[in-house]
Amino acid sequence: MGLDINWAVDWVRRSAEVVAEHRVELIRLDRDIGDGDHGENLDRGFEAVVPKLDDLAAGSTPGDVLKLVAMTLISTVGGAAGPLYGTAYLKAAASAGTDASLDGSAVARMLEAARDGIVSRGKAESGDKTMIDAWTPAVDAATEAAAAGADASAVLAAAAEAAASGAEATEPLVARKGRASYLGERSVGHRDPGAQSSALLLQAAADAASESTGA
Amino acid sequence: MKKIINDPKQVVEESVAGFGSAHADIVRVELDPVHVVRADAPIAGKVGIVSGGGSGHEPLHAGYVGFGMLDAAVPGAVFTSPTPDPILAATKAVDGGAGVLHIVKNYTGDVLNFETAAELAGMDGITVRAVVTDDDVAVKDSLYTAGRRGVAGTVLVEKIAGAAAERGDSLDEVAAVAERVNANARSMGLALTACIVPHAGEPSFDIGEDEIEIGIGIHGEPGRERVGLEPADRLVDRLLEPVLEDLPFGDGDRVLLFVNGMGGTPQVELYIAYRRAAEVLAERGIEVSRSLVGNYITALEMQGMSITLLKLDDEMIELWDAPVQTAALRWGR
Repeated sequence: MGLDINWAVDWVRRSAEVVAEHRVELIRLDRDIGDGDHGENLDRGFEAVVPKLDDLAAGSTPGDVLKLVAMTLISTVGGAAGPLYGTAYLKAAASAGTDASLDGSAVARMLEAARDGIVSRGKAESGDKTMIDAWTPAVDAATEAAAAGADASAVLAAAAEAAASGAEATEPLVARKGRASYLGERSVGHRDPGAQSSALLLQAAADAASESTGA
Repeated sequence: MKKIINDPKQVVEESVAGFGSAHADIVRVELDPVHVVRADAPIAGKVGIVSGGGSGHEPLHAGYVGFGMLDAAVPGAVFTSPTPDPILAATKAVDGGAGVLHIVKNYTGDVLNFETAAELAGMDGITVRAVVTDDDVAVKDSLYTAGRRGVAGTVLVEKIAGAAAERGDSLDEVAAVAERVNANARSMGLALTACIVPHAGEPSFDIGEDEIEIGIGIHGEPGRERVGLEPADRLVDRLLEPVLEDLPFGDGDRVLLFVNGMGGTPQVELYIAYRRAAEVLAERGIEVSRSLVGNYITALEMQGMSITLLKLDDEMIELWDAPVQTAALRWGR
């Protein structure tokens, strides 16, 4: 069973909830190795998206929702996270296109497009201790699940699990991009806040999917 | 925290509004989204120059909007990059058909937000080029960091590129001269005290009464080392040495010597520092052709200074001397 507009809207609502819930944790992670505004900025962004969901036109698609998220995050989040997440959602929207429903392989392609958008904007590679370290394992797991014939909900579940492990695996890494890179070795032992928020958002996508498909 | 503010959340908007009414002959201020535009923009056929970044570094960047320098400035929240939408609005407001140059200090957030805005402007048919400034020698430039930070050299890039645009240079020419200035400028700063970001309410880092941080950035980022109290001449030597070695600057070079205050250091001290810096340069056979001393790129109320050297050529000198009429720099007009 595919994922439709209701899933997309639910994903956004759950994202706003989970970011608000983890706001302080994200601020703390960012204060350790960055400038301490990640939780605040992302919370402000998703808080701004939610009321706009009511203005979606009838017949809107998941792609329309993702585009709305992209434009709102770009204009409200600031810092590095705003353009990075904004680009991710914009590329995901383009990948979802005008389809009313997304199947497993469409979801995997969408995640891949989002990841590629972050890479092209931020120029980070795997192992640089950035959100890419959550996204790339997620994309790999999603692609593998989709190839094995998993449905959309199972593809997102695989992606979310891999993203969570990927975020955890940033702890021993030395940061090579972003503000944390100035700390060099001193960034070791801290989880990357962007990888952590990416894992939370992908978990919200999986939760919304399992709710919507009753899996 | 003691500050002359009404509400920490309104600091940027209220300050920008005040700036707009104080300098209405030079700029106009838009509040939604916040950007400051030269009063006579857009100027047909002239390359537009936009800069911006977190607030708290005043007079950078709004103080440099006007004839012969910037066409627009985009102030973000204090020490936070502006988002792409005000950058886009500023870019559109100054596009006179000859393209727009973005001057961006090298911080990940600033670079990404300006890039995104440039892409959006491109979709609207505006040609945008960006020059990223990274003159701070305190940060190691390696593949493994986000690179050197853009600091006081940015002021010199904005002045010289602004003069090139004003005389009618093309976008590629203005970008080339901006890149040349950045490539020939080196800076290093120090801090005696931390600064307090209004919405944070507490100092951005801890520094002892008798400690000085060498190699500080303009947001109070950590520097290279922390030393005890020392005489001004010794502190100047600590800043100048790595700056001189880096380019390097040497016998026969002509330079612009820029001693910049971080916001909380009085001019009387900056000139003590200038005196020593000029002395050291003279000893090395480096000719100080031009100078600038004052609070031109600051970190709120931080006590401290930075020293910037720019290796000059004839064209840079001509463009530096060209008329400028902004709130913070004004001569020849």
